[in-house]
Amino acid sequence: MGVIQVLDPGLFTTVQDLGREGFGPIGVSPSGAADAISLRIGNRLVGNAEASAGLEMTLLGGTFTFPEGAVLALTGSDFGATLDGAPVEIWSSFEAKPGQTLRLGPTRSGARCYLSVGGGVEVKPFLGSASTHILSGLGGHEGRSLRKGDVLSIGAASGSTPARRLATRVMQELKPRKTLRVTHGPQSDWFSETAQRIFYSSTYRVAEESNRMGIRLEGAAVPGPSGGEMISEGVSLGAVQVPEGGKPIVLFVEQQTTGGYPKIANVISADFHRLGQLRPRDEIRFERVELETARALLIKQENLLASDDLIV
Amino acid sequence: MSEAGARFQYSSDQSVLVYFDSPNESGRAQAQPLQNPITLQANKKVRKLLRLLELERVVGVRNLHPAYCSLLVKFDALKFSHEEVEGILRRFLARLDEVKLSEPRLVEIPVCYGGEFGPDLAEAAGLRGMTAAQVIELHSSVEYQVYFLGFVPGFAYLGELPKELVTPRLAAPRRKVPVGSVGIAASHTGVYPFATPGGWRLLGRTPIKMFRADREGLSLLAIGDRVRFTPIDAQRFAALEREWA
Repeated sequence: MGVIQVLDPGLFTTVQDLGREGFGPIGVSPSGAADAISLRIGNRLVGNAEASAGLEMTLLGGTFTFPEGAVLALTGSDFGATLDGAPVEIWSSFEAKPGQTLRLGPTRSGARCYLSVGGGVEVKPFLGSASTHILSGLGGHEGRSLRKGDVLSIGAASGSTPARRLATRVMQELKPRKTLRVTHGPQSDWFSETAQRIFYSSTYRVAEESNRMGIRLEGAAVPGPSGGEMISEGVSLGAVQVPEGGKPIVLFVEQQTTGGYPKIANVISADFHRLGQLRPRDEIRFERVELETARALLIKQENLLASDDLIV
Repeated sequence: MSEAGARFQYSSDQSVLVYFDSPNESGRAQAQPLQNPITLQANKKVRKLLRLLELERVVGVRNLHPAYCSLLVKFDALKFSHEEVEGILRRFLARLDEVKLSEPRLVEIPVCYGGEFGPDLAEAAGLRGMTAAQVIELHSSVEYQVYFLGFVPGFAYLGELPKELVTPRLAAPRRKVPVGSVGIAASHTGVYPFATPGGWRLLGRTPIKMFRADREGLSLLAIGDRVRFTPIDAQRFAALEREWA
């Protein structure tokens, strides 16, 4: 079994899989890949189960070597990767020969790029998942983002993997959207018509201090509800909460499990992966859809991912 | 109103909220509801529904987020519609009376009050016209209930604070509250298990680890537990801190 040697971790690189569900009662949120679809596809390109762990890089990628070689794939955003100086394509599997160096740079598109490796990245699971939860320092590699000099184990690969690539048609379907679709939030009707109009007609800018816990937005303030006190309650992934001051925050993969701010909307599941590709200063808008539409879009997306000709 | 006085709210395309509150005409919970004995009852229903769903797991129910008087149920939207989940939950709700909650454990948490560990002790005392010693005495005089764990891993929402201690949260939250800090906000108190941002007024700090990955159950406290704070001095704090390291 091989290893990944971290020569340079990049800006913020963590081990992620599809997260740990079921621990809300002790306050532990799922964590997991910010753009789960990219990780799932990356795993399939290298012949892994979809839920295997890979590396999630943010805005600026790292530099890695593979002393025993490895089958690799890069998915998500294009970080201008090279293997021993030769450009490598994203959304395709390729082989790193023993000792070759994979180098990534700053993003050319969205926020996150995933490195999948045949056999998966192996770490000691915490609550059944390899995902890093930064705030609590749990999971992943020592509960933190990677550092120079870290060595990560690669699991046993399922066998030799022929070169594969993602069908172009699928890339079209999954392309970034700057208009995120939302359903109503649990407190939508607490907000005035004016507040709703502002929320749905404004362009919001992703703030610098956004992270895996929450995507903070700058732009037109949404007037908060008057009177009545909000009691803390469970919050769902993608909830758009409006704190005092009216700047919306979209709760993300390392979200708090409960919260006391009213929620005007909730990003639909089929757009979660797009949240994971938002960069600071990106501009977004919100479009309201019904729950049935959201469900239909999710089913369509999953059917696409399950299709036989996804990988060619 | 339905089974057990529950109200459903479809909160996202993969979750529903079950509320046990008594909403007023605008659909909002009453202001200051936690002073109200109804909330204790509501929280008991939350714990019963949670217990039932943990004992009889439903395939396709992916996560549960309990809170004061609500339970968020996250489900696999590829498997269930909201109406189907609501139907399943209604059948559980009809059986709440048969659920026996286990006898609460009493957990003692040692706290070193004031000084660098409790930077807001003096101000909290001033706000309520008391001495620091009186605040410590009051805070450690009552048994609290764990309403739920939330926010971050192992953060227990404890109530009720003696009403003489009820103070608003800080106007500007701290960017980083030290691990183990014991804070108060409105009628609640709690211990920060991790260094996180936080707006609660800090009275002291415990050397006890609230959340440990190497411990069975992970969290020191569980929903429904009873908690009492015991004042300790800085010397004892240091000794316990070494013990827990």
